Amino acid sequence: MNPSRKKIAVVLLLAVACVLPFLSNNYWLDVATLALFYVVLAQGLNVVVGFAGLLDLGYAAFFAVGAYTTGILMTVYQWSFWLTLPVAMVFAAIVGVIIGAPTLRLRSDYLAIVTLGFGEIIRILAINLTITGSASGIYGIPRPSIGGYVLGGQIDFYYLNLIIAVLAVVAVKRLGTSRIGRAWMYIREDEDAAEAMGINRINMKLLAYSIGAVIGSLAGSVFAVKMSAIAPLSFSFTQSIMILLAVVLGGLGSIPGVVLGAVLVIALPELLRSVEDWRYLIFGAALVAMMLFRPQGLWPARYEMKRGARRSKTEEATEGGSGNDVKLDNEKCNA
Amino acid sequence: MDILVQTLADGLVIGAFYSLIALGYTMVFGIIKLLNFAHGDLYMLGAFVGYTLLSVLGGDSSGGGLMGILIVLLLTMVIVGVIGMGIERVAYRPLLLAPRLSILITAIGVSLFLENGSMIVWGAQYQVYPLQLSHDGISLLGAKITYVQIGLVFISALLMLGLHLFINRSLYGKAMRAIALDQTACHLMGIHVHKVIGLTFFIGASLAAGAGTMAGAYYGTVNFMMGFVIGLKAFTAAVLGGIGSIPGAMLGGLLLGMMETAGTFIFGGSWKDVVAFSLLIMILVLKPTGIMGEKVTERM
Repeated sequence: MNPSRKKIAVVLLLAVACVLPFLSNNYWLDVATLALFYVVLAQGLNVVVGFAGLLDLGYAAFFAVGAYTTGILMTVYQWSFWLTLPVAMVFAAIVGVIIGAPTLRLRSDYLAIVTLGFGEIIRILAINLTITGSASGIYGIPRPSIGGYVLGGQIDFYYLNLIIAVLAVVAVKRLGTSRIGRAWMYIREDEDAAEAMGINRINMKLLAYSIGAVIGSLAGSVFAVKMSAIAPLSFSFTQSIMILLAVVLGGLGSIPGVVLGAVLVIALPELLRSVEDWRYLIFGAALVAMMLFRPQGLWPARYEMKRGARRSKTEEATEGGSGNDVKLDNEKCNA
Repeated sequence: MDILVQTLADGLVIGAFYSLIALGYTMVFGIIKLLNFAHGDLYMLGAFVGYTLLSVLGGDSSGGGLMGILIVLLLTMVIVGVIGMGIERVAYRPLLLAPRLSILITAIGVSLFLENGSMIVWGAQYQVYPLQLSHDGISLLGAKITYVQIGLVFISALLMLGLHLFINRSLYGKAMRAIALDQTACHLMGIHVHKVIGLTFFIGASLAAGAGTMAGAYYGTVNFMMGFVIGLKAFTAAVLGGIGSIPGAMLGGLLLGMMETAGTFIFGGSWKDVVAFSLLIMILVLKPTGIMGEKVTERM
């Protein structure tokens, strides 16, 4: 797709997203709002897993940190919603560093297990502490307001989510093409080479973790006021896996792919309502099948070259394909 | 004193289950460097297969005698072992040369598949095991230890001893140790690498299944999610002992079982899992090699 056509496609998509509330019924509007949450969460995880190559299986923990920070500050201390946002973000970034710092030296598979353990610890803390309302969670979280207007309706939250999702997509896209993004991808592809080129891999990984955490907590804060009640059940391991599924399904590191993945992860279960019991089974099989037959995802990342680069070069730069085997062999030998 | 002995005894039983599952983790990790996330679900599968076999074969609650129970245990181990081999063949073997992230995600997919497949087959509610074990026992230093507990620990010890002899004395065991050291060289030396890896999965899966059946009988109920947390804890046990090390997994499992029972006693039941996971994170941060293991950091 050439740049101008791409622009037109994005504008069309945004226009459809903007008029959606007037075309659909409440049920599908709710599904769309949920899908937008997943777009934000999946983009946040995309920074960690897709760009930096760190498998995080406890991402829902950051979602929980955002939701609980906002929930507690608003119900116990009567803060305004907008003031809780920066606090929640800072808090999530700190948690991200605390989780990340001691574990980033570990091999990637250990990292996965440790993040899983942290995710569970956060969930169990939420169940056991009184300040988080134990197993029943926090309820009666007030609605946010802008000026005098209270955001109460479904449409309000749809637009709020849409704005945040667009911001998240733009931010992650720009991060991905920035100097930092290139450093992350370098680390993902070859840590030793990256370090030899002067990239501080520990700092870069921590940054990826924190940014992922901040985006996750943002989604959590909005989730808290949208639902007006939160419980530990919303932040389970399954939640982390669904977010990961969105990223993997769409394509690790691919911005449009991850958006597509998030929409699919939410929309498919709705379409598969008749086979409700089977849907996680199907998701599990889908994960395996994706890894076996199309590891680059449905809409793979294309690492953009300078405009005007020859077509063949862009294709070479595309991830996946037969050229990978040699590189993967090397990776195996290093293991 | 009696509380201490009781805690140790209860911890020993749970620890024996952890050890059996941790062995599968550590063997698979040792041979192909894969953390098999689906391993805990093989334990769950073992519990359910044992449940079905007991329902079909036994029927009466007094049990068809000790022999019958042992036959069910062995049958379960073989069935789940074959399933484990099948998983390796279908999901993991094609990805042995792929990046690590792919095979990890595949393992998560397999885990989701097994959990929800079991939910569809056996239902989402807790199932009561069709086996009533006696609560008779002996009294030791004021603590009550049932014959069932002694029996379970004895069977676990027997399985572990068998595995130890197999790994160290048999030709296949030698091949496994060789592959763990250098897979490419083993190919060149004419070892049928894939066959040996399949065998490793068979053994790992059947040990987990044995633990699952025994745990089902011990606790009395089974559920499709029972493998998730225990899989994580068995992994903790494997890391505690030093991943890749078989005696380490045995030791780690027993230690974790006892520490967790002690932790539950001190902090209360709702903090049980936090104790285990905090321990995991602390070991990985402070001494990632575990008690007797290999290097786990990317670089120091």
